[in-house]
Amino acid sequence: MDPIHQFAVEPFVPVHLFGLDVSFTNASLFMILVVALVSIVMLIGTSQRSIVPGRLQSAAEMSYEFVASTVRMTAGTEGMKFFPLIFSIFMFVLACNLLGLLPFSFSITSQIVITFALAIGVILVVIAVGVSRHGLHFLKLFVPSGVTIWLLPFIVVIEVISFLIRPVTLSVRLFANMLAGHITLKVMAGFVAALLGAGVATWIVAPLPFLANVVLLGFELFVAVLQAYIFTILSCVYLNDAIHPGH
Amino acid sequence: MAEGTAQTTASQAPPAPAKQQFPPFDTTNFASLLIWLALTFGLLYWLMSRIALPRVAGILEARHHKINTDVLAAHAKRKEADQAATDYQKTLADARTNAQALAQDTQTRLAAEADAKRHALEAELNAKLAAAEKQIEQTKAKAMANVDQIARETAAAIVEHITGKPADTAAIAGAIAKLKV
Repeated sequence: MDPIHQFAVEPFVPVHLFGLDVSFTNASLFMILVVALVSIVMLIGTSQRSIVPGRLQSAAEMSYEFVASTVRMTAGTEGMKFFPLIFSIFMFVLACNLLGLLPFSFSITSQIVITFALAIGVILVVIAVGVSRHGLHFLKLFVPSGVTIWLLPFIVVIEVISFLIRPVTLSVRLFANMLAGHITLKVMAGFVAALLGAGVATWIVAPLPFLANVVLLGFELFVAVLQAYIFTILSCVYLNDAIHPGH
Repeated sequence: MAEGTAQTTASQAPPAPAKQQFPPFDTTNFASLLIWLALTFGLLYWLMSRIALPRVAGILEARHHKINTDVLAAHAKRKEADQAATDYQKTLADARTNAQALAQDTQTRLAAEADAKRHALEAELNAKLAAAEKQIEQTKAKAMANVDQIARETAAAIVEHITGKPADTAAIAGAIAKLKV
């Protein structure tokens, strides 16, 4: 009944390495399931290599073309160098979000440390690409062209802050959406159980939160896909900044 | 004593942090989550970048190539068909002009032949006509010569019968000649 309990990380096989607790937990299990799910679609689905694709191969091709067009649209053809990374991020986040919606499953993306690690990873790649491609010119990212000289210091400060806050917004957006959605679902489900348990009179109204939950689940499905897409497209936008700094 | 230590450790250590603390902010899980994320995401990245994405790209490329070659082949076939159609039209037109020329030729040849035949026939007929006329003329002349003879003999007979003496043939011939003129 506790809506927070679903986010608890429970160790299945305790493992301690170099003084660190790296136990095999329910989160680890679901991360492996996510990789398995994506691999089934992308590897087994495409193993036939048919000219006329079947269902699974169609799904794999659609994922490929969807992410490829997103990358090309936001980061240009040069951004296609990072297509495998962006694709892996999209599929990983999408599978985490969708798998988390199954009852009794564990939602990996509702762990802030996971989303933050992914976001920091993206930002580190952005910085690495920017510095290796443009060196110090990468700092032009913080100096937009065509700004009057007395406004420039403020603009630079704002740009620097907005750059530094990117990993935070990127990770918190995904984390908070998944967390809030799962809590709402659980609370609504708790209502149903509470009303059924409270006596004959409340049985009549018990279907109402159940219906609400059906609608909410559909909405959460939408949010799961949308947030995966938002995470992906923002990663592409940040990569585009690294490839073409100075706006 | 053992109970006491158990109690103190329980009260000192944060008792059951999963219950007390909001699980996503529980730092004790972070190491495990990060390690497993690195492992699983690394594996996923390796699988996607090394196997899945090149394979899908290959499939899409192969399909693109197949569609392109098929479209090109279809274009070539259509061009071929167009060429065949124009060839056919050309052959048809040629045959038609040939046939017309042939018909024209035959017609003129036949007309010329008929003309020639007609001319030959006319000439023959004219010759025959002329020959017939000539014969008639000869026969007439011969007949006329015979008439002279008959007239002389008749005149001599009449004279002999009337006079009872043989007639002077020279006189009769002169008289007839006088009459003829």
